[in-house]
Amino acid sequence: MTSLAPESEKTLDKSRIVNDFSIHVATINGSGSQSSNNVLMRSIFQMGIPVSGKNLFPSNIAGLPTWFTIRVNKNGYIARKKEVDILVAMNPQTAFEDVKSLPTGAVCVSPVELKLDAIRSDVHHYQVPFTELAAQATDQIKLRKLLTNMIYVGVVGELINLDFKEVEIAIARQFEGKQKAIDLNVTAVNKGREWAKENIKKADPYVVERLNLTKGKIIIDGNAAAAIGCVFAGVSVVTWYPITPSSSLAESLEEYLEQYRKDKDGKATFAVIQAEDELAAIGMALGAGWAGTRSMTTTSGPGISLMSEFVGLGYFAEIPAVIFDVQRVGPSTGMPTRTAQADLFSAYQLSHGDTKHIVLLPGSVEECYQMAMDAFDLSERFQTPVFVLSDLDIGMNNWMANPFPYPTKDLDRGKVLTAEQLNKLGEFARYKDVDGDGIPYRTLPGTNSPIAAYFTRGSGHNEKAQYTERPDDYENLMNRLNKKYDTARKYVPKPEIITEKDAKIGLIAFGSSNPAIMESRDQLKVANISTSYFRLKAIPFTEDLRKFVESYDRIYVVEQNRDAQLRELITMELPEYATKLKSVLHYDGLPIDARFITDAIMAEER
Amino acid sequence: MVESTAAKAPATNRLGLTQADYKGSPSTLCDGCGHDAITSQIIKAAYELALEPHKVAKLSGIGCSSKTPAYFLSRSHGFNAVHGRMPSIATGASAANKELTLMAVSGDGDTASIGLGQFCHIVRRNVPLVYIVENNGVYGLTKGQFSATADIGTKSKGGDVNEFPPIDLCGLALELGCSFVARSFAGDPKQLVTLLKAALSHNGTAILDVISPCVTFNNHESSTKSYKRAKETEMPLHEIGYIPFYEQIAADYEPGSTIDVKMHDGSHIVLKKLHQDYDPTDRFQAMTTIYKANQDKQFLTGLLYIDEKKTSLTEMLHTVDKPLASLTQAELRPGKDALIEIMASLM
Ligand SMILES: Cc1ncc(C[n+]2csc(CCOP(=O)(O)OP(=O)(O)O)c2C)c(N)n1
Ligand code: SF4
Repeated sequence: MTSLAPESEKTLDKSRIVNDFSIHVATINGSGSQSSNNVLMRSIFQMGIPVSGKNLFPSNIAGLPTWFTIRVNKNGYIARKKEVDILVAMNPQTAFEDVKSLPTGAVCVSPVELKLDAIRSDVHHYQVPFTELAAQATDQIKLRKLLTNMIYVGVVGELINLDFKEVEIAIARQFEGKQKAIDLNVTAVNKGREWAKENIKKADPYVVERLNLTKGKIIIDGNAAAAIGCVFAGVSVVTWYPITPSSSLAESLEEYLEQYRKDKDGKATFAVIQAEDELAAIGMALGAGWAGTRSMTTTSGPGISLMSEFVGLGYFAEIPAVIFDVQRVGPSTGMPTRTAQADLFSAYQLSHGDTKHIVLLPGSVEECYQMAMDAFDLSERFQTPVFVLSDLDIGMNNWMANPFPYPTKDLDRGKVLTAEQLNKLGEFARYKDVDGDGIPYRTLPGTNSPIAAYFTRGSGHNEKAQYTERPDDYENLMNRLNKKYDTARKYVPKPEIITEKDAKIGLIAFGSSNPAIMESRDQLKVANISTSYFRLKAIPFTEDLRKFVESYDRIYVVEQNRDAQLRELITMELPEYATKLKSVLHYDGLPIDARFITDAIMAEER
Repeated sequence: MVESTAAKAPATNRLGLTQADYKGSPSTLCDGCGHDAITSQIIKAAYELALEPHKVAKLSGIGCSSKTPAYFLSRSHGFNAVHGRMPSIATGASAANKELTLMAVSGDGDTASIGLGQFCHIVRRNVPLVYIVENNGVYGLTKGQFSATADIGTKSKGGDVNEFPPIDLCGLALELGCSFVARSFAGDPKQLVTLLKAALSHNGTAILDVISPCVTFNNHESSTKSYKRAKETEMPLHEIGYIPFYEQIAADYEPGSTIDVKMHDGSHIVLKKLHQDYDPTDRFQAMTTIYKANQDKQFLTGLLYIDEKKTSLTEMLHTVDKPLASLTQAELRPGKDALIEIMASLM
């Protein structure tokens, strides 16, 4: 064990850094480190300290490097932090690079045989005989690799002063009901802990101390949160085709549906169909939406591309369906397990001809839950496909959140005419703008009235849904669709606007960039740059956008794509302010971090 | 009965509806198009079976054939999907409302080319619907290009020769385990209407491949899907009779020379043997018979295969008795306790 600059016990104490650091665990994909990382993160969370976890994994089942980052932060900053304070270097393939990129003064916990101390002398090295300890923990050779991961939990836990009672609780939870596994993992943790207690002379400043900031909070990923939202939104037909990072949304949705959506005889109030591809998935969702259920599909970029033709039909023929796009890096296959916000253009305008869609932009797991419900309401109210644009960072990473509130709003099933209503009315024209809001009335197949039936088609149609190629019919239809879209401005989730009185500059962003922006705004404040913040939650834009843009000298549009997609859309909406709009663009596949934003803005503002 | 001098009231079915009540808007297809002949038989079958129009949903893809749902059952909801992808719309609609009777019409281009994948998967899932392929060997709507069911050596109207082997949709459906496979001809109204009725009683995917000549692009000398050729080479497997659930089985079907298939709704399909010994419940025999007929350039028609017991998608979904589309908020949204339980599991 070597350590940097011999420090006296006293100075060490002074430089204690409490509840503010990041842990970076480098392992090999498929080595079973997921549970250990969860246990480590949960234990800190259970001590009342705000924490966030990000899994950086390869698009591969086994063998390639993976990193798990745990950010511990007393102020509740949960964005990615680029600097690594504590590295657990378990992966020989990447260890050299991992250690090289550490900042001075960081910690490196590693297997003794890797001899990483030879690489850097300005790092606190704690070299652990993992192989030996694993052999002591179990005589089953097969289990040793897995238990090695629990041993680093013990070592790191001892190092940062983790309360081991919490570790035991977290382990019990992780291996719920499997007593053998629980015992074995507790043993492994203790092996690491005891070894560290006896052998490590702590020379680094990072420790945790109990806080009370997580009581009553939950930890959940965005996909599971969205799934819960869908269950309470009353989704009935779910169609999907597996694709990272959206698969876990459909999978956890199916689990929750199985558990909470059966009648007393065990019969389902839902149908989940794994489609043969995304063309079929969206087709089934539209067929079910047309027939009157709340239907949805989940996918990511490549799936969205395939759905294009059908989504245009949904828009033009006015059929409800909800499409969850958990964004990953494109174009093409791109980087399937990395994050981006680059499907904004395609979701907004998916399909040929003049099309534009309602797009919801959740910025947290809470909003994944809430917007799932909003999406179904909007989709049925406006009789159109609605996109929910989440991303891999929100969708697949674990976030701390407040428990979700039970919905207070009834389901909005939109303008559907029943047989009784039809018979009273005596006439019905499917695409007529009766109320002047651009939204027509619809009937569902199976409605027992001689005037209920109409013909749904993606070709030109008049108010009565009859085929037509008349110029005026087409123009009227397109204009009404636009009017309907304008009406939607009043119904979509409102932006979150934070105004600072002395601010000269405004920030605009959406989705998973939010935590980094909040942290960056604090960093900018320290540098005497005050900012107001407009967090977009939906397209179409509401009137608030114009007001916000008008109010500031410069507007930084922060987004995670190369082509400034949001800034372009805002420019289309408010061309007169084009020159005010500047971009901060992050698109390397990793979640955006606060320092990146702060640096980009400081460079412009100085 | 004494003939009345007043204009005779049109005949009505069990529901009191006339055949005209099952019509749609006037056809805009070419005069003499096989598709219109099929439309007439669909109208007749629906009338004779006394289908409740509001319980029927008509679905199609894109093509001349796919336009036809507009020309029948105007009191039923219709859906003209995108090219080749009607099956997925039908699957979703079926899951949403299992009480609907789904009647789907597609073309050979729509089904065997762009839609082949969805065709396979609707069969594989055994979605309950009647799936009629109006097969003319060409793309009608885009003016006469070969489709994937065109026979080798067929000439297009412009003189091009097709060099690719055809996809036999009945053979494929059998291979995929389809529970009802039949083939017919637009020029054989008697057989077609009977097969349509039988298909409508079937609880699963009923594939009906109907040779439907395109008089504009594929009704010439060298066409294997022309009226003339189909008439000359048609080989019915059996004489087919259909007895709806509310009628007694007619006595003139002597046992021994007939096969009687009882359907899940209580109706019967009665098959009177012709020259050949053919058992439509034997899938292996059905496959070899089709392959042999294709080899011999024969055009077999009739009920090729039926498995009236195969589980349909509706049954596999294990949903509540009512259609999902009719469920109310109280049935769809779990109570507060459920959310509290979920939240507790995440703390
Ligand atoms: C995605 C797409 N590609 C191509 C077309 C053009 N298209 C319209 S109908 C058709 C072929 C129809 O042929 P078939 O299904 O055999 O029907 P028929 O007209 O012969 O009855 C094609 C290729 C289209 N509508 N959509
Ligand atoms: S082009 Fe052919 S298929 Fe189309 S309507 Fe005319 S005859 Fe029928």
